[in-house]
Amino acid sequence: MNPENNEKDLLEGLAASDKKAIETIYRENFNMVQSLVINNNGSSDDAKDVFQEAMIVLYEKVRSGTFELNCQIKTYIYSVCRRLWLKRLQQLNRYFPQGESLELTVPVEDEIEEHEKRNTEFEMMDKAISSLGEPCKSLLEAYYLQKQNMQVIAVNFGYTNADNAKNQKYKCLMRLKKIFFTHYKNGNSDG
Amino acid sequence: MDDIKILDAVEKYIRGEMNPDERLYFENLRKTNSEVDQLVVEHTLFLQQMNRFGEWKKFKSTLHDVHTDLSEQGKINSAKLIGKAKVVYLWKRYRRVATIAAVIAGVTTLSVTAMVNFLSPKAENSKVRELVLKVDKLDEKTKQLDTKIEKVDKNTSKPPITTAVRFNGTGFLIDGRGYLATNAHVVKNSKNIYIQNNKGEQFRVKVVQLDVTKDIAILKIDDADFKAISSLPYGIRRSNSDIAEPIYTLGFPRNEIVYGEGYLSAKTGLNGDTLTCQISIAANPGNSGGPVFNHNGEIIGILSTKEIQKEGAVFAIQSKFIYQALEQLKKDTAYQNVKMSANSSVRGMDKVQQVKKIQDFVFMVKGD
Repeated sequence: MNPENNEKDLLEGLAASDKKAIETIYRENFNMVQSLVINNNGSSDDAKDVFQEAMIVLYEKVRSGTFELNCQIKTYIYSVCRRLWLKRLQQLNRYFPQGESLELTVPVEDEIEEHEKRNTEFEMMDKAISSLGEPCKSLLEAYYLQKQNMQVIAVNFGYTNADNAKNQKYKCLMRLKKIFFTHYKNGNSDG
Repeated sequence: MDDIKILDAVEKYIRGEMNPDERLYFENLRKTNSEVDQLVVEHTLFLQQMNRFGEWKKFKSTLHDVHTDLSEQGKINSAKLIGKAKVVYLWKRYRRVATIAAVIAGVTTLSVTAMVNFLSPKAENSKVRELVLKVDKLDEKTKQLDTKIEKVDKNTSKPPITTAVRFNGTGFLIDGRGYLATNAHVVKNSKNIYIQNNKGEQFRVKVVQLDVTKDIAILKIDDADFKAISSLPYGIRRSNSDIAEPIYTLGFPRNEIVYGEGYLSAKTGLNGDTLTCQISIAANPGNSGGPVFNHNGEIIGILSTKEIQKEGAVFAIQSKFIYQALEQLKKDTAYQNVKMSANSSVRGMDKVQQVKKIQDFVFMVKGD
């Protein structure tokens, strides 16, 4: 198999959230990142966090459709992880040995900035949904994230019929949207 | 109720779940009703965000699952570090802290050491050593004493020998044939008496006249080694001396003949004692029985006692009592021809010359 094709297949698999593709990328790159982090004042938990962040960056990238990988996946992931870990260390005020890096890296600053912005948005959403409390949280997650049918939801949540469930979902949705758009506008005006 | 229906329709429209008729009707409604149109725009944005959020969450949990799976299968390094890796990790992580801690510890140790050195008394060591030395010395001394005591024990168990001295005094020849005068208290309790001059010559003597009240004793050399001296360089004065007359004495306060100089202080002794006169001279035990000369080299007395409370008050038995003692001795027919001279042949000589001539006739008196 041509390694270039192989990489392309992997990226396509990643875009489609194919678990096999994710596993392959994970397996081939994680140890490298782990040694990077551990050799630079980090723990294996730090390594896991940093690596998964990089995976999300790559995932978002391939899903945007405009992405063309000009280097190996390995190089890309390494570059992102290195950058992320450096930033984390600076935030923690921990020492990072500033030796000349001989490893090949690609510029990833823009991607990381974008990723961080998105991360804040998602974390805000997560927080907003959690703040609704039950049953709203589960109800909205079931309908919008797991895309469950209203009839199924009504049965699962113990509503007498789908209309009652729909009614309840509507109230929850209004609350969420209110929170969401307040943050969204604030976030935009900030940005 | 209407709002719910509208939202339901908007969601259906966005998802593309409407059939063509419904779609046409809704698009017309959107055009005419701006509120509905805005809701569509707004809700599209919201749903997009929700979808992406959902995917993000899902991907995250997938990653988590994958991580767990791969760890379990051992295809990636397990989360737990073991052995060397852990040590390396801990070292890398805490190396800076450890370095700082080590530096602080080092500095503290050094400064504490320095302070201890600085503040603690420096002599302590040598003091301790001295004490040890002292103990050693004491030990040595005790041993020496032990051996001495042994020696003394041996010596006393032996028949009388000359070195077993109980006391020392001084005596001087009054007749060149071997007669000496000294204090009675020097010899009164002794059986065996020896005399020794400054040359180290020793002669055995015996007491021939002892007058305890006048504290005068006359000894006779009873030794074959002694050669009679034809004439003594000094004489013995018969009359009293005058106050302030310069005097000197020769005696054996130690194993060497010692010269002392002074003057006649008073014509009588303690409490008006007419037997003695007071002289001012440096005298020590051992000077007892020694001759007291005037500047003419005439013996004016026998140095005998010293007042304990007063410094420099020494008493000498006046020389005229030597004559009296000699008269007593002459009553014994064996000593009838003992003679004393009043003439001094050293008269007019300076003291150094006088003493040179006199010193051989002054003896250390030893008894046991």
